[in-house]
Amino acid sequence: MTLLDQFQKMLMTAGLPDWAAYLVPALVGIILIIAVSLTLVIIFIWWERRLLGRFQLRLGPNRCGPEGILQPVATGLKLLLKEDIVPAKADKILHFLAPIVVFVPVLMIFAVVPVSEGAILANLNIGIVYVIAISSISTIGIFMAAWGSSNKFALISGMRTVAQMVSYELPVVLSIVGVGLVTGSFSMLSIVQAQSIPFILLMPLGGVIFFLGCLAEMNRSPFDLLEADSEIVAGYHTEYSGMKFAMFFMGEYGVALAYSAVIATLFLGGWSGPLLPPVIWFLIKVVLVFSFTVWMRATLPRLRVDQLMSFAWKGLLPMAVINLVIIAIEVLVVPASMLWLMVILNFAFAAVLVLLWSRLFTLGGGRVEV
Amino acid sequence: MPIKTEPFYLNLGPQHPSTHGVFRLRVELDGEVIVNVEPIIGYLHRGIEKLAETRTYTQVIPLTDRLDYVASMTNNLAYCLSVEKLAGIKVPERAEYLRVIFSELMRLANHFLAIGAFLNDCGALATPLIYMWREREKIVDLCEMTCGQRLLFNYMRVGGVSQDVPEEFMPALKKFVAEMPKFIGEYEQLIKQNEIFLARTKGVGILPKETAINIGASGPVLRGSGVNWDIRKKDPYSIYERFDFEVPTGEVGDCYDRFWVRLREMRQSVRILEQAIVQIPAKGPIRADVPQFFRPPAGEAYGHIEAPKGNLGFYVVSDGSIAPYRVHIFPPSLINVTALADMAIGWKVADLIIVFGSIDVVLGEIDR
Amino acid sequence: MKFERYGIGIAKGMALTLKHLFRPPLTVQYPDEKLVVSKRIRGNELVWFPDRCTGCGTCTKACLQGNIILVTHRGEPNKFIVDKFELDSGRCIFCGLCVESCPYDALAMGLEYECAKYRRGETILDKDKLKLTDQHQPSAYYRPQFAAGLPKQSLLIYDKKDGGQKLNLFPLSKRKRGPGA
Repeated sequence: MTLLDQFQKMLMTAGLPDWAAYLVPALVGIILIIAVSLTLVIIFIWWERRLLGRFQLRLGPNRCGPEGILQPVATGLKLLLKEDIVPAKADKILHFLAPIVVFVPVLMIFAVVPVSEGAILANLNIGIVYVIAISSISTIGIFMAAWGSSNKFALISGMRTVAQMVSYELPVVLSIVGVGLVTGSFSMLSIVQAQSIPFILLMPLGGVIFFLGCLAEMNRSPFDLLEADSEIVAGYHTEYSGMKFAMFFMGEYGVALAYSAVIATLFLGGWSGPLLPPVIWFLIKVVLVFSFTVWMRATLPRLRVDQLMSFAWKGLLPMAVINLVIIAIEVLVVPASMLWLMVILNFAFAAVLVLLWSRLFTLGGGRVEV
Repeated sequence: MPIKTEPFYLNLGPQHPSTHGVFRLRVELDGEVIVNVEPIIGYLHRGIEKLAETRTYTQVIPLTDRLDYVASMTNNLAYCLSVEKLAGIKVPERAEYLRVIFSELMRLANHFLAIGAFLNDCGALATPLIYMWREREKIVDLCEMTCGQRLLFNYMRVGGVSQDVPEEFMPALKKFVAEMPKFIGEYEQLIKQNEIFLARTKGVGILPKETAINIGASGPVLRGSGVNWDIRKKDPYSIYERFDFEVPTGEVGDCYDRFWVRLREMRQSVRILEQAIVQIPAKGPIRADVPQFFRPPAGEAYGHIEAPKGNLGFYVVSDGSIAPYRVHIFPPSLINVTALADMAIGWKVADLIIVFGSIDVVLGEIDR
Repeated sequence: MKFERYGIGIAKGMALTLKHLFRPPLTVQYPDEKLVVSKRIRGNELVWFPDRCTGCGTCTKACLQGNIILVTHRGEPNKFIVDKFELDSGRCIFCGLCVESCPYDALAMGLEYECAKYRRGETILDKDKLKLTDQHQPSAYYRPQFAAGLPKQSLLIYDKKDGGQKLNLFPLSKRKRGPGA
């Protein structure tokens, strides 16, 4: 019984017609989710910039508002007032639609993220599959932007995007299947409720694979090839300005936030935690995951495109498959009361697999004779 | 049926985040693979060689600052050495030590920027660049203390240096030299063993020994290919034969070797600085008696030094008048950048960027 | 990327960046906090001492831009009177050769460095603008006699016990950068 259902029931007992009792909570929930997630995105942009600044011995934005927290708002206002430039040879329709196609799915992810017990907009029984499906739509948007702006840098970026997103979706989905096997459900609520031990301990390899895959899906370092600013300027949004660019920007950070929330839900135990209220626990975990990605961004160089692909196909994918098989067997064999045994087993298997791959895995590519 | 394909031409530059100036690369691509690279230079041409013909010998020194503006004092030094050779001027002892101290500081400053920008090209978002910039800032502080500016120093003079260092310089330099090995160690920790960095640079952009010698490359690019060639050792100028230091060389000649040679050269520079601090005479003249408007005898001279980027030469011809008849500059960056196509063809776009970053060019020097 | 070393190099690098999180930031918030520049700064507005200037014109010859305009007429016996001494700080490259060449110490580099102007004409410094005033002080570039009164340059070679940088997350409060800051 989610909060939304309770609200609906209350309205029905108050005597509203069925359609209104369905529509009003839905609208309220949608508006709430959009408002909260956009505010969070703004705060996270500020947080990333401050944190990155501190990693780099800078201060980061500190002028607008207390400690610069209004800086993203100021940036948004500036972008809103800027001229919207469309290249003369652009495909106007695609160029116009691309930011929307990128931005809207990001907001839709938040519909299935449980913030606390029952605080979820849509308790889908396939919640996590929905997340993967919806977030893949952004790929189309990015490719539309890359193709539509008729820019060579953007085109390279668009090609890289499609390859990267499609490749990394497989390990991500396979590690999710492991979660589904243990939980017996794909619903986000039941996944959190099933985590008496956080799944990152229960299936460490799956967690790491999912995290790396998510890094690639949200285009963050070291997998930020599609807007590799030292190589292809700004990638797919080279030709965008004004509010369209702002939508890409918000979409990018929205994905980062959404995936941080999904990682926190799937592998870190979601809202559950002692003492503090569940919402605070959830936020703490999201901020931790997000800060870790910022930390990686501050340190790591970028992979090359062929290395990225071989890492996905030769490294992560076989590992994810083997990991899935191991978990499936464990779920069959190990009784539910002896989860700690599974923890030990999985850590051992993870160590063995990493050891194996350290010997077997080779990089593809290199110099091509032309 | 074969699919008909066309080459894909990409203009990297003149305005691009990682061209280190106004440099243009016309790249022919097959997918992401580079088929051909054509460097196009000349966007920063200021005619320094021609300008020098209308200036007196002293007035050329500020112009040489504008060549390799990352390490301007080495340009001053190379020019002054050739004019001294031309006019047969003997430089006082303390001035020689000051010259060595500042040219080694400049080598450190240049390598900090070179490595930082190289890592930035690899995609490590500005972090190594800023860490290295912090150390470079200390060097620039020292130079500012001595000659009043932070970029275009105009410090060396024909027959010495322009003014003596202030009294607070030596303690600051000692402190700098004392803590520098720790920071160089930190950079090694930051990036040297990083698996992604190794994957990006090891074996990428190999410049074989023979090609490097044939092209005439110099500096870390040549030494990265395994050639032990350092003008400080092979043709000692100033007082370099008094110092004990090693010339680090690479093995393969890939991007990693060039990076690694630079990092080890920084340690050697610190060693030279340590020795120079001990040996420098406490007092003494810092400038030979050379008037500001002097006329060297007619003739010609070529002086070259091991600048941070390689062999920097100045060919000065005098007709006995107040201004040089001809000043020709032999810049290391221009020679080294000709090796770019040999290194980059067959690699990806991303590799082209890091190969270019590993050569470490400054456009002021290429276009002159 | 190879797994051969299980990502130890990556972990090392990340440990270093984490260490830097607890080091003082380098940023100087410029208009609010200012560093003390070098005593020998070659600042933007030169200082000219009319009583010491003999109108010999060495500075005009030393200038590689041909930027200094000097007009004199013969006054008292064996003395030039300077009618016009003018230089365009927009064309000047601040190499300091004029200061270096002056045999009578009549010219010095200025201390100021915030000299942006709205009009190009304002960059021309004539006799009045070059004069020594309380705001318009000479630097010690090639004039060591001026060095005594100037504040010590703030250096980045800090040391905590010398009152150097400390970790301060609240940027606008007072923060020192060097021993002399």
